[in-house]
Amino acid sequence: MPAHDVLIIGAGLAGQRAALAAAKTGATVAILSKVHPVRSHSVAAAGGINAAINPVDDWRSHAYDTIKGSDFLGDQDAIEIMCREAPAEVMWLEHAGVTFHRNEKGEMDLRAFGGASMKRTAYVADITGQALLHVLYEQLMKYHEVIDRFEEWFVTSLIVNDNGECVGAVAREIRSGRMETFNAKSVILASGGAGQCFQPTTNALICTGDGIAQAYQAGAPLMDMEMIQYHPTTLAENGFLITEGARGEGAHLLNSEGERFMEKYAPNKMELASRDVVSRAEQTEILEGRGVGPDKQGIYLDITVVPRKRTLEALREIVNIGKDFAGVDITREPIIIQPGMHYIMGGVKTDVNGATPLPGLYAAGEVACVSVHGGNRLGANSLLDTLIFGRRSGEHAAARALDMKMPNASDEQLNKDSAMIAEILGRPKTGRRVSEIKLELGETMNRYAAVYRDEAGLQSAHEIVRRLKEEAKTAYVDDKGAVFNQDVLGAIELDYMLDCSETIVMASLERKESRGAQFRTDYPDRNDAEWLKHIDVSRNGGDTPTISYSEVTITDWQPEARTY
Amino acid sequence: MAEFKLKIRRYDPQSGAAPYWDEHTVELEPHRSVLEGILQARNEKDGSIGVRCSCRAAICGSCGVRVNGKPGLACHTHLDDALASAGEDGVIEVEPMGNMPIIKDLIVDMDAVHWKKIQRVTPWLIGKEPVPEREYIVSRESMIDVTQSMACIQCGACVSDCLSMEVDPLFIGPAALAKTYRFVGDPRDAAHEQRLKDLGEDKHGIYDCTHCFKCIEACPKGVAPMNQIMRLRRIAGNDFHIKDRNNGERHEMAFVKNIEKNGILHEADLLPDSYGGKFHPRAVPELISSLPIVMTALLRRKMTPAKALLHPHRAPDGVKKIYEIVEGRDERNEFNLYISGTDADNEPNPEVAAAAEVAEPAAVAPDGSEGSSA
Repeated sequence: MPAHDVLIIGAGLAGQRAALAAAKTGATVAILSKVHPVRSHSVAAAGGINAAINPVDDWRSHAYDTIKGSDFLGDQDAIEIMCREAPAEVMWLEHAGVTFHRNEKGEMDLRAFGGASMKRTAYVADITGQALLHVLYEQLMKYHEVIDRFEEWFVTSLIVNDNGECVGAVAREIRSGRMETFNAKSVILASGGAGQCFQPTTNALICTGDGIAQAYQAGAPLMDMEMIQYHPTTLAENGFLITEGARGEGAHLLNSEGERFMEKYAPNKMELASRDVVSRAEQTEILEGRGVGPDKQGIYLDITVVPRKRTLEALREIVNIGKDFAGVDITREPIIIQPGMHYIMGGVKTDVNGATPLPGLYAAGEVACVSVHGGNRLGANSLLDTLIFGRRSGEHAAARALDMKMPNASDEQLNKDSAMIAEILGRPKTGRRVSEIKLELGETMNRYAAVYRDEAGLQSAHEIVRRLKEEAKTAYVDDKGAVFNQDVLGAIELDYMLDCSETIVMASLERKESRGAQFRTDYPDRNDAEWLKHIDVSRNGGDTPTISYSEVTITDWQPEARTY
Repeated sequence: MAEFKLKIRRYDPQSGAAPYWDEHTVELEPHRSVLEGILQARNEKDGSIGVRCSCRAAICGSCGVRVNGKPGLACHTHLDDALASAGEDGVIEVEPMGNMPIIKDLIVDMDAVHWKKIQRVTPWLIGKEPVPEREYIVSRESMIDVTQSMACIQCGACVSDCLSMEVDPLFIGPAALAKTYRFVGDPRDAAHEQRLKDLGEDKHGIYDCTHCFKCIEACPKGVAPMNQIMRLRRIAGNDFHIKDRNNGERHEMAFVKNIEKNGILHEADLLPDSYGGKFHPRAVPELISSLPIVMTALLRRKMTPAKALLHPHRAPDGVKKIYEIVEGRDERNEFNLYISGTDADNEPNPEVAAAAEVAEPAAVAPDGSEGSSA
């Protein structure tokens, strides 16, 4: 049984940053991921990372923008930490080797991004996430003697001992099918978001909410689960992400009348208002019949106003996406986009050190909810979130491990999980296919828990999710083998997605107001008197979510009307 | 919607049976990807089809496969294009990548080959000392320049079809050497010369590439690994004057001189010149060892003794002119995917300048006084 001071589950930016930070303190570290680390979904982040590194900028300005972006649901103590520590973190990345683009003076260049009051986004063309992720992986290779990597291992459960502490995890080596108990003093969840609960989504196929569901199953509370970000510019064709960097470089949004309609919704910031505002504006234009494209469900994104040379050096990836996936040369003609599911602001509830209320369990990155994003995340704050809270949870998890003996972890959970897998493999071919249930789930969520929501829709989503949960119990798999059995992992992921979806729908039903990404047509106004609070969801031993509330931490910035 | 026939190469390591072909018909829009075709077959017909995939948008690098014999990303290959390159039977063939052991179906062991080679090249920045308090100050162009090799997603498509690696499995290969350029081209790195010396002296290093262009064709991200390898060679030879024990640098120089003189390659001179000339002691054993090749060439009439000894061709003026222009430059020009046109093309368009102003008002005070108008 491998035993480490710190076990990290997930090897995207948050996980890798946590591993490096924990190892630096001298702790023994294992990092485990169901895909090779560079395949993690952090790789898809395009536009950049926010930090107030310009001498005329101030981290307080960044903090205010973030709070306003969150529609005042973000916890201000956490936001202050993130924004204050951002410049040093970005410099650390630069020193580690990230090839941030420079200005004429040779300093890091900054680009404009949505909801920001000045240019604050450091970037590497439009492959910033990839550049960061690959450079962190370079560091993992450099420190291979002190960080044990378990690549292509799939976690089936967290292990909680009789004292209610998290003492490790059970995982399956995908290549062999072997089950293993990983014992640890501290466990950090860094396994990303749950975008696959929605169809379509910009999220990768691996974003199935594993960590959120594992924590929920282990008894840790989730927070802000109703806050689902729809990105304003996803390719109408297939839901792929078109970076906000395009609008940061000056691109326009146009409706069927050729109108720059953002003038009506955000006269000051225009296309660079926060994402919830832009997505709602687009959806309104589409609903009112001013959409474009064959079914009038899209909006034009016009990048031709950006100089071509600049587009080719700074937006190369979306030039490729336009060409390869939509047959459009974005330097010559507009491309059709629409709002698409992109990010989950909610997740496993943590404090500013990444600690969850479950002792020994930490979380960082999209799987977690600190909450720095509140009701709506600003573009280029997610990379920052992963790194700041990845590092902090790595440091704190290692510090916790310092003074303790290795807790006992039995193979009890491993035996349960092995039996669970055997049960899935043994199911008769009478149930539905896993893929069928997944598709119905995704379409349901995208219909009822999207940009505009209401009670009736959310109620039907809830009923459908409960039914799908039942059906998932008999969903059968074709692959009975041990080696790379992706089929059986898909069945387990489906369970994870159903847990996430149920909590998303429950929290959305609960919040009877409109704030940030949650817009309830039946409660169209923000209601600070009743709803300036977080919604927590936990399992409390049963199968159904229980709702409670927690306070929003306010330091210097009182809620105010939000206009862009 | 259209129907496509996919023939997927299957292999189950537990069955003890040999690999086999498995055919599925899928129904999709023609511009959808081969990956979507595979996933449709997996979702609707046979859940046991093994393929790594994640992002579907050609950025995670998971789904490297061969489609109709050509390596690339399944998510980045359209079904209609795949059909166009399919055989007469109109069946799209999908196989695992080459040069790497197969684990199951389309899944190959990248750790055993690809990642091992990446680790060979000291794949992390060795930053110059002293480390500055803020960022290293480096030129704008330098960071855009390395973006091309930074854009590598480690999918393994180039490794799959590297001909040199087929002959010499120990060849460090296109992906790892392209990654090396990411450091050697990075002005913040303190070990350019050591890296180049290390990889020039390695028998399986930068001079082991045979210039076949396969990796450039294979790369779905335009990294052009071979170009990066050639840049490493130019920097090693022209800038650091590293004389490697593989004679790579001398061979390159001999090649350049040979063309300058003859206009087209005069093979009989190339080998001795690579070793310092026909009468250089180092050339003698090399010449003797190449006798069988020479004999074969003569027998197959690829070469006549007269042509070999008295190469009649002389470089035309056009070739000389090219040499004068290229060698007369202060700096070498290098192609780069991310650089196109000149800086004059970047004069901001007035509308964009206006948009940028919107995004740049004064910083906001903590009380949010600027907030409502920002």
